[in-house]
Amino acid sequence: MGLRSYVITRIILTIPTLLLLLTAVFLVMRVLPGDPAALHFEKKGDPADVERLRQILGMDKPLWQQYINYIGGLVDIGYLRQHGYPNLGKSMYQTSEEVGGQVFSAFPATLELAIYATIIASVLGIMLGVASSKSYGKTPDHLIRNFGTITYAIPVFFLGLIFQLIFGVYLGWLPTGQRISNVAPPTTITGLYTIDSILQGNIIAFVESVRALLLPSLTLGIVLSGVFLRLTRANMLETLRLEFVTAARARGLQESTVTYGYALRNAFLPVLTMMGLQFAMLLGGAVLTETTFSWPGLGKYMVDRINFRDYTAIQGAVVMFGLFVTLVSLTVDVLCAYLDPRIRL
Amino acid sequence: MPLLKIDSLDVEYRTNRGRIRAVEDVSFSLEKGEVLGLAGESGSGKSTLGLSIIRLVPSPGVIVRGSIEIDGTDIVKLPEDKMRLLRGGKVAYIFQDPMTSLNPVKKVGAHFVEMMQTHEPDLEKKVAIERTEKILKDLRIPSERIDDYPHQFSGGMRQRIMIGLAIALNPDLVIADEPTTALDVIVQAKILDLLASLRDRYGMGLILISHDLSIILERCDKIIVMYGGSMVEYAPNAELHKNPIHPYTQALLQSIPNIELSEQKLSAIPGSPPNMLNPPKGCSFGPRCPYAKEQCRMKPSLIDVGNDHFVRCFATGESAEVE
Amino acid sequence: MRKKTTKTPGSFSAPKTSGSTKTPRSFLARIIPGLTSLTRRGPSGWMVTLGIAIVLGLVVMTAVSPFVVPHDPILYHGPLRSPPSLEFPMGTTDLGQDMLSRVMMGGLIMLQVAALSVFICFLIGVPLGLFSSYVGGNFDKTVSLVIDAVYAFPGLVLAIAIAAVLGSGVINMAISIAVVYIPSYYRIVRSQVLSIKELTYVEAARSIGAKWHTVLYRYIFPNVVPSIVTVLTVNFADAVLTAAGLTFIGLGVSVDVPDWGYDLTNGRKLLTSGAWWVITFPGIMIILLALGFTFIGEGLSELLNPKLER
Repeated sequence: MGLRSYVITRIILTIPTLLLLLTAVFLVMRVLPGDPAALHFEKKGDPADVERLRQILGMDKPLWQQYINYIGGLVDIGYLRQHGYPNLGKSMYQTSEEVGGQVFSAFPATLELAIYATIIASVLGIMLGVASSKSYGKTPDHLIRNFGTITYAIPVFFLGLIFQLIFGVYLGWLPTGQRISNVAPPTTITGLYTIDSILQGNIIAFVESVRALLLPSLTLGIVLSGVFLRLTRANMLETLRLEFVTAARARGLQESTVTYGYALRNAFLPVLTMMGLQFAMLLGGAVLTETTFSWPGLGKYMVDRINFRDYTAIQGAVVMFGLFVTLVSLTVDVLCAYLDPRIRL
Repeated sequence: MPLLKIDSLDVEYRTNRGRIRAVEDVSFSLEKGEVLGLAGESGSGKSTLGLSIIRLVPSPGVIVRGSIEIDGTDIVKLPEDKMRLLRGGKVAYIFQDPMTSLNPVKKVGAHFVEMMQTHEPDLEKKVAIERTEKILKDLRIPSERIDDYPHQFSGGMRQRIMIGLAIALNPDLVIADEPTTALDVIVQAKILDLLASLRDRYGMGLILISHDLSIILERCDKIIVMYGGSMVEYAPNAELHKNPIHPYTQALLQSIPNIELSEQKLSAIPGSPPNMLNPPKGCSFGPRCPYAKEQCRMKPSLIDVGNDHFVRCFATGESAEVE
Repeated sequence: MRKKTTKTPGSFSAPKTSGSTKTPRSFLARIIPGLTSLTRRGPSGWMVTLGIAIVLGLVVMTAVSPFVVPHDPILYHGPLRSPPSLEFPMGTTDLGQDMLSRVMMGGLIMLQVAALSVFICFLIGVPLGLFSSYVGGNFDKTVSLVIDAVYAFPGLVLAIAIAAVLGSGVINMAISIAVVYIPSYYRIVRSQVLSIKELTYVEAARSIGAKWHTVLYRYIFPNVVPSIVTVLTVNFADAVLTAAGLTFIGLGVSVDVPDWGYDLTNGRKLLTSGAWWVITFPGIMIILLALGFTFIGEGLSELLNPKLER
């Protein structure tokens, strides 16, 4: 089929999924609670206030029209060009604020956290998985497997709290609720402080942003590594028994080449697919991690808004999460097709 | 000095359920340029024997006893790094199923280049590619396909690639484990012809492993028949044709269908292969042998019956050595 | 959106479907002798036994605790925020509540929520999966599409969104969590049914005129059970962790009841003063509970689908 046509087909197929996702969010956030505006006032509000809120948010219109406005807002290019973010409605808490703007400014922090956590989780998980598979049945294998099981059972926020205790209280490294301290953040190019500071040659900013990122991404990364560990190990064990691995050894290739170039290269693909699926789980953990470390990302935004009963904001955050997951899964699929020539057929 | 000399080799698999003696008391030698056939059913130990020559018997397999000398060096005791250099370079192995012997995510040409550069670290990539193209041409694979992936080739072509990999470094010994089993009959003949012509050209020693006795009889100078992990008969080709002694060999020869006969009753050997976890006491073929006697409860040893012909059976008339 | 299956050599997935299909028989008759011989089945058996022991121990502790606690967990007894001592072996909270009593009773909410959510999941996910895959066609395709979309979505985010809208309380929490995990049951059941559906003995049953629900219940379902059991136990562990997460965010239950999750949220504020005992003990309890179920799940999956035998 060729890589290009696969990518195009895949992108086209994403549209119905997205639509389904957006509809689902609408159903949960607008339809399920009955009257979100009334809920905002905890059903004790002055009816006049409730009605005014409904008018501002466009909730006095019939449901189908709200739905059209909702979808329409997301694809409103004019709005996007004007504001730099899509139309996700207005905040219930402060109706002068656009949810889209808030969501977009909170998002890069989550993205950065997610990226580094994924890197830590996958590198840790894969390396341990390979080591475990190579020493099958012996002590290192058992130890590593237990590590994987236990880390999965630890609630990510608990680990975060323990880390804060150890590094924060006893070493004075508490989270400050900022992505960077002591220094001004680098000018925005990608929105990721680490990348931006390198791109500008700003070493101090880089160091400071890494310092802030360290504990949260380590926490999230460790808890998620277990899944990669288990999958890598299982796939490696199966792959190492396949004939082309023995055939490679029969040609006199070095054991490290065989382990990584032959076994892992082939065992890795399902792991990559899993990475895409796991990303969804990662985002859930990210919400908790951000709350624990007061990391100013989309997760913390969402949790804060819950306390404010700001349902439009919560809806906006959920939509953003959904878009993010869809995009990532698309990227992973394309990457898999690139790495494994057989998928494209 | 013979190219390959194996003496009293025992190979066991140590599993959770018990010990399996996959290869028991095997001894033979092979000179350069000779073609040796290893015939036997599945489970007879022939593949394990082949793998032990390159010391790649899969875990939990262990070479328990005996020696394997390649050009005089006993490789059983050799340190792993030296052994690794022998693999591919001095001794090459062709695996049974071409569909699964090549790295699916590696281009075919890259297989060759990688192997060459492993054995000759200073080799330039350009030179390696040139050599690869030449080998592919010899194998009648279009050299434009050097950057194709294994799954883009047919089974027969893949096996030719495997053979190409085996001879690429000019080994002295090539072991072909069921090289044609996964292929259809017409391709089978081509592959075997290819192996024969390579042997003629390069003069290497060739060990051909197969459960198909007719192939072995057709192509090999010397033949070893294996059953239940032991060598039951060893003879030069003509001698085996003329004078098969072991009842198993006789039964095998009889069961080969003759295409020229219009009516033929296909004979099979009654019974089934021995359970290697709990092998029969004495001669392993005893339970299925039409000539089995009281004696056969003892293990027969390999007896020289002349003409470079050895048999492990009491039917030769020699009395048993007490096991 | 179905991803194209990766064709790598061999088949990689976890868990593998059980190779042998069983003829219909009362599965209770099979399970009970199986349970008693668990410990004889090697390390996996030990894992399952250990898991069951942990879970049972925690359940018993929670059930018995109201009668055994040294102090009332809600009333303020001791000195504020004091570290573990003889009188209060696990220390006290910032309000002077005894941590030991709170820890002993704190599992109640979590166990209730987890059990309820698993129950709902099972009740909806399994029949839906059975029915949908058996019927096939457009119905199956539509349902699968919807389920896949839910499955691909970040679980906790979805649970948070639903919980935010529904409000606090055990039942609401259970519903939020259940929605997230229904797809797991559905998918496992469906993949099993799809492979069993085409087997000859099912065809044979149909050809002798068995009604569809008979075929489903007596022929297909018993073979699906092993996989369901594994999903069930892992689901329990996940439900516990998700419930803890929801509580941590503030979507849990009211202040009056001792709850491990609540203590973690509360203890967070006390971190700066170095009061480690408020978060450590409840946290360990949550880990134990999740581990217990995980052990059962892992052990069971090894027993039911033995991996590479050496």
